[in-house]
Amino acid sequence: MWGYLLRRLFESALILLGITFVTFVLLYLVPADPARQIAGRSATAETVANIRDQLGLNDPLVTQYWRYLTGLFQGDMGRSYLQRAEVSSLIASRLPASLLLMVSAIVTELIIGLTIGVVAALRRNRPVDHTLMILSFVAISAPQFVIGILLLYVFAVQLGWFPIGGYGTFAHLVLPSVTLGLLGAGWYSRMMRSSMIEVLNQDLVRTARAKGLSKLRIVTRHVMPNAILPIIAMIGIDIGLFMSGIVVVESVFGWPGIGQLAWQAIQRVDIPVIMGVTMVSATAIVLGNLLADFVAPLIDPRIKTK
Amino acid sequence: MKSMLLSSALGLALTATGALAQVDENAPQGGAMAVTYQDDVATLDPAIGYDWQNWSMIKSLFDGLMGYEPGTTTLRNELAESYEVSEDGLVHTFTLKDGIMFHNGREIVADDVKYSLERVTNPETRSPGAGFFGMIDGFDTWNAGEGEGLSGVQVIDDKTVEITLSRPDATFRHVMALNFASIVPQEAVEEAGEDFGRQPVGSGAFRLAEWTPGQQLVFERFEDYHRAGVPKLDSVTFNIGLEPTVALLRIQNGDADIPGDGIPPAQFLQVVNDAEYEDQIVEGGQLQTGYITMNTQMAPFDNVDVRKAMNMAINKDRIVQMINNRAVPANQPLPPTMPGYDEEYEGYAYDPEAARQMLADAGFPDGFETELYVMNVDPNPRIAQAIQQDLAEIGVTAEIRSLAQANVIAAGGEADQAPMIWSGGMAWIADFPDPSNFYGPILGCAGATPGGWNWSWYCNEDIDARATEADAMVGDEAAREDAWRQIYVDIMEDAPWVPIFNEQRFTLHSDNVTGDDSLFVDPVHIPVNYDYIYSTGAQ
Repeated sequence: MWGYLLRRLFESALILLGITFVTFVLLYLVPADPARQIAGRSATAETVANIRDQLGLNDPLVTQYWRYLTGLFQGDMGRSYLQRAEVSSLIASRLPASLLLMVSAIVTELIIGLTIGVVAALRRNRPVDHTLMILSFVAISAPQFVIGILLLYVFAVQLGWFPIGGYGTFAHLVLPSVTLGLLGAGWYSRMMRSSMIEVLNQDLVRTARAKGLSKLRIVTRHVMPNAILPIIAMIGIDIGLFMSGIVVVESVFGWPGIGQLAWQAIQRVDIPVIMGVTMVSATAIVLGNLLADFVAPLIDPRIKTK
Repeated sequence: MKSMLLSSALGLALTATGALAQVDENAPQGGAMAVTYQDDVATLDPAIGYDWQNWSMIKSLFDGLMGYEPGTTTLRNELAESYEVSEDGLVHTFTLKDGIMFHNGREIVADDVKYSLERVTNPETRSPGAGFFGMIDGFDTWNAGEGEGLSGVQVIDDKTVEITLSRPDATFRHVMALNFASIVPQEAVEEAGEDFGRQPVGSGAFRLAEWTPGQQLVFERFEDYHRAGVPKLDSVTFNIGLEPTVALLRIQNGDADIPGDGIPPAQFLQVVNDAEYEDQIVEGGQLQTGYITMNTQMAPFDNVDVRKAMNMAINKDRIVQMINNRAVPANQPLPPTMPGYDEEYEGYAYDPEAARQMLADAGFPDGFETELYVMNVDPNPRIAQAIQQDLAEIGVTAEIRSLAQANVIAAGGEADQAPMIWSGGMAWIADFPDPSNFYGPILGCAGATPGGWNWSWYCNEDIDARATEADAMVGDEAAREDAWRQIYVDIMEDAPWVPIFNEQRFTLHSDNVTGDDSLFVDPVHIPVNYDYIYSTGAQ
């Protein structure tokens, strides 16, 4: 187990290193000169040259990459070209909001997704099942931007139950969590349904029924715990899905997280910030996968760690 | 924005003038306002901030020696009590007002002026505005990282500072009214270091009370502001992170007063035609021109007749209609609200038949193939398509290259990359209300360098000389304006651009705030003049 853990950690570190390299090269190749962006439209050629020199942009790619990497190992992600603030502090100030939204969206997608999955499985091939599965299909396919605006319009503007975007209270959290969680809820409802159906057909259910247990007890005590296992392992992998969703949802709801930061940095070619956010989300995704790998054997001993 | 003529009465020695006719200086104080924005504010450092979001914010937090009468392009003294110019136009002596304070409670002295101007021109500051100060004596050495400071700025005593120019320059007072010339306290800048943009300390009408990144900024009234009775509002809150469509919902719900990013294009007609908003939308001009550049160093645009034919081929009315009449058709580089605009000039009329003939006479009877670069944000690709269709009418096949803003700008800065560029979303809005601001970087020889903004790579040395001459005409504003007017008309003879339109501004505001219309379309404060707008609820 420990050897496996070490090996997976080592692999993850290699993956992250690879990501720093690929991202760095890609941003280096973007045909937009950051020095010109900073210098603005009234700058003389000397000013631009001077800025390029100060930021070390004249150095060869390898030198620049090495400088970035050594800084990174010392916890220094550089300073934003535009805001001049340290990238690490910009990210640190926004990470809590994104984590809160993510945790809350996971809870939301589990509650909605699992409930729908269980109900659909128990009412298999009946109108309730069909309706729920069509709804889950809609949740998977609808653009999050549209869902977000729609929820805002109905529940915030028309009904006035929630504030129109922003951050701060529990009420602010509800609509963005639902918007972000709905996509996952669609997936989970379908997975839970098939997983439930599979377990319902197994011998243990027939045995339990033969023992004379009530239907409610069979479902809650025997079927659901077994059906839920494969889904728990999925949550870690989900983080990648959230990272892309968060950019859209945070921009619709004015949620002050790293998605918003990333979006603005991309528009303004603020390379240190783009690098920083990419590294943080890559780390989150790698950790999520790592977690999924470790949790799976714990909850299902049939999966062996080598 | 009824009258935007630059005052020609600005003599050689001016003192602060009294109240304005348009703007009610006696409007009641009190109340608050909420402004929405999608993007977080990049910085509030006046030496660095250079976008339309922080430009007006910085104007409210900082003051320079010069400023503008609210709602107009008329210069006025701000921190300066008075100033004098020497006979040869080279030495400008400013006297500071008495008892003017920074937000940290310290009085402003002449040393602060010297420090601030040296800071913005110091290469270490990496200010995008450093180039504006090129006329100050000693700029070249100091900006190259040599010497002990800006030798042209001398402190005479606590209240007096003398600025020597290396050449007479009529735009100097406008430059001293730019945000980049704001006066900042050395101790606060040094204490905050690179974070001064997050902890700004100035002497403006408001001071920054709170900044929660990604969420909101709160500006509070600066009680010791040097103009009595200003600002009108007690506070302005900027709510950040709101997508324009969501911002509009907030306005409709009464949760916000001004959408900083404007009315979203998709809802524009619906909002403008809604009777409910009739009194809440203010329309005004903007010191902006949208144009197509033709690279005069690339065939076939090195042929002036080809460029003229292009000018006749584009149906500008249709383009203006396409963007819901949020602009007026243009026929010359300057916008109508800019001093020096030629009202008599008729430009090239839309005439595809004549254009086709002209192209044939120039040796292209079957037209040619070319590329049109455009920024990839709506409505620009749609405008490019309209241009493409018009060009197809005269036999010119233009392939559209729709790219991110930074990439189009980079392509324009290469001598042989972009044959045609539609400027929308990138250029050009004036930095200050003076005709010279539409020349140097975008039409002058200086801008026709790698990385420059003269995307036509147009360089007419005769016109360059006349531009230098016009800028040296200090003291006779009318003659100078005439000189510039003729320069732009002559440039159109060379036709390096197809001027398409001048954008109009439509500012929506809630009925919670009010003030003269000019404040809501203030030419130098975009979207609005935060200092003079007042609350309808204030007594």
